[in-house]
Amino acid sequence: MSNMKRREFIKVAGAAGAATGLGLMGMPMKASAAGGHVIVIGGGYGGTIAAKYIRLADPGIKVTLIEQNRTYHSCPFSNTVIGGLNDIGFIEHTYDGLASKNGVNIVHDTVTGIDAAKRTVTTANSGTMSYDRLVVSPGIDFRYDTIDGYDEAASHQVPHAWKAGPQTALLRAQLEAMPNGGTFVIACPPNPFRCPPGPYERISLVANYFKNHKPNSKIVVLDAKDKFSKQGLFQAGWTKHYGFGTDNSMIEWVSKANDGTVKAVDANKRVAITEFSEHQADVLNVIPAQKAGHIAHVAGLVNESGWCPVDYKTFESTIHKNVHVIGDAAIASPLPKSGYAANSEAKVCAAAIVDLMNGREPGHPAYVNTCYSLITPNHGISVAAVYDMGADGKVAGVKGAGGLTPADGNNQMEAIYAQSWYANIMGDMFSGT
Amino acid sequence: MAQNLLKAASIVAAMALSGAVHAGASGAMLGNTCAGCHGTHGVSAGAAPSLKGLPTDYLKQAMHDFKSDKRPATIMNRIAKGYSDADIDAMAAYFGGMK
Ligand SMILES: Cc1cc2nc3c(=O)[nH]c(=O)nc-3n(C[C@H](O)[C@H](O)[C@H](O)COP(=O)(O)OP(=O)(O)OC[C@H]3O[C@@H](n4cnc5c(N)ncnc54)[C@H](O)[C@@H]3O)c2cc1C
Ligand code: HEC
Repeated sequence: MSNMKRREFIKVAGAAGAATGLGLMGMPMKASAAGGHVIVIGGGYGGTIAAKYIRLADPGIKVTLIEQNRTYHSCPFSNTVIGGLNDIGFIEHTYDGLASKNGVNIVHDTVTGIDAAKRTVTTANSGTMSYDRLVVSPGIDFRYDTIDGYDEAASHQVPHAWKAGPQTALLRAQLEAMPNGGTFVIACPPNPFRCPPGPYERISLVANYFKNHKPNSKIVVLDAKDKFSKQGLFQAGWTKHYGFGTDNSMIEWVSKANDGTVKAVDANKRVAITEFSEHQADVLNVIPAQKAGHIAHVAGLVNESGWCPVDYKTFESTIHKNVHVIGDAAIASPLPKSGYAANSEAKVCAAAIVDLMNGREPGHPAYVNTCYSLITPNHGISVAAVYDMGADGKVAGVKGAGGLTPADGNNQMEAIYAQSWYANIMGDMFSGT
Repeated sequence: MAQNLLKAASIVAAMALSGAVHAGASGAMLGNTCAGCHGTHGVSAGAAPSLKGLPTDYLKQAMHDFKSDKRPATIMNRIAKGYSDADIDAMAAYFGGMK
């Protein structure tokens, strides 16, 4: 680092420390050949892990994590809150462990701009900060232009609950207030979207709640797709637990081909409108089509798809140098937009950044994904994949590996391991808090 | 300078431990992908078993047995099939070498 840059870095670090009221650094810094400053935007499944694993691999690199919320609400397991199995506190996490145990400098602020040429980020309240490398993990935003009458304001009446927190609590409260015999209508988004099995886990856990507390109620699923993730396993579970496929089914699934795509919403009246019909709901949950988080658009990190193209070995943007994009915002197919994939991408990205900042060639990457879903509290299913980068630089699932829970799988045990997964991935992200 | 030398020496030592000699991903790179289910550095807070400090031979045998479906499991059979012998050796050295 040049003297000039080091001065700037100390200045920035000081400002960041002052802004949070935290100390400059929770841990003594070990000297390293490289030093340098990495800023991470977004303290979710991708960002926390990138910040932590850079510090674990090279404590000489200073890491500042900028996150707009003081409390993180996990989307994974938010469906258990919506289904009444856990309180909202179960999905709340704070950043204290990352600060005290990993020496990550936490700044609670909103990033409003990125200048990739100058290597600076601008925040709403803490001014401008410079970086050597930047990691962007802002998650998703909604394509509100795709459903007439549905926007940010409407989501306060008709929740999406696809970012966890107040939206989760709102949907839960509406389901609790709904009388027995009511209808829950859920609109499922087109691909690609965050957590492909997520809507179907939600349907399952709402059905579980109805079955136990409001057994005359119905669920109508309006889908913008003709098939969905783990469909066979979900439908087998719905058949077993919720009468799916019988005259008395609690769940009715309307595919795209059967006029399932929701085109408009009347939020005041809680009506979902498709091409040929109108569905009156007592509780309406609309999950719109999605795109990379707002800041990725502001910073010009997206291509025409609305998502961010990256190099799979480093997750460096193919548009802006020294800026890495991970998690849901990145185009990382065949890795899905899941929390586990974001975790795995963050570790590849962190190792590459540490290598690059120490003047080394990044090593060979490794990626894994797993998504557990609950059909009842005691019926778990999963999908897993292991990916490798071929000699051509393309990432593909390893043949013969991964796949779904077998039809005769131990669903009770998988429900227990789903809980274990949540405990461990939360510990990985928040270092025990 | 002395610090750089020390650091270089510790990197070499770490590489030897994690078996980074093979052409694929290092033991640490591979092993960190397991943390979502087995905890950071293989220390589990839930029902999934901890991997930290498992005897190298045991971890290798377990992975080969999962891979060949000799050992029944809910998910490890599907995961283990994603790794070569060299990958398994590298991960076994990585977790086995942890104190
Ligand atoms: C209902 C549901 C269930 C799910 N279940 C699972 C599951 O079981 N397993 C699984 O693997 N995945 C699951 N997912 C998917 C998972 O939630 C996402 O894939 C994951 O959160 C992606 O991580 P990320 O880092 O990209 O985004 P996030 O985790 O959303 O983190 C983004 C963070 O960036 C912050 N941010 C955004 N913009 C700014 C800015 N400008 N300045 C400062 N901060 C900013 C946000 O506040 C947020 O904290 C589920 C999702 C949903 C909706
Ligand atoms: C999706 C979660 C998940 C992932 C990812 C995962 N494991 Fe496992 N692991 C489990 C579960 C659950 C068990 C218990 C056996 C079973 O039911 O599959 C287990 C068991 C094991 C065991 C047996 C331990 C013992 O005490 O006998 C070993 C070894 C192991 N895993 C290694 C690994 C390695 C190495 C990786 C990373 C490449 C990994 N696991 C990734 C969930 C996971």
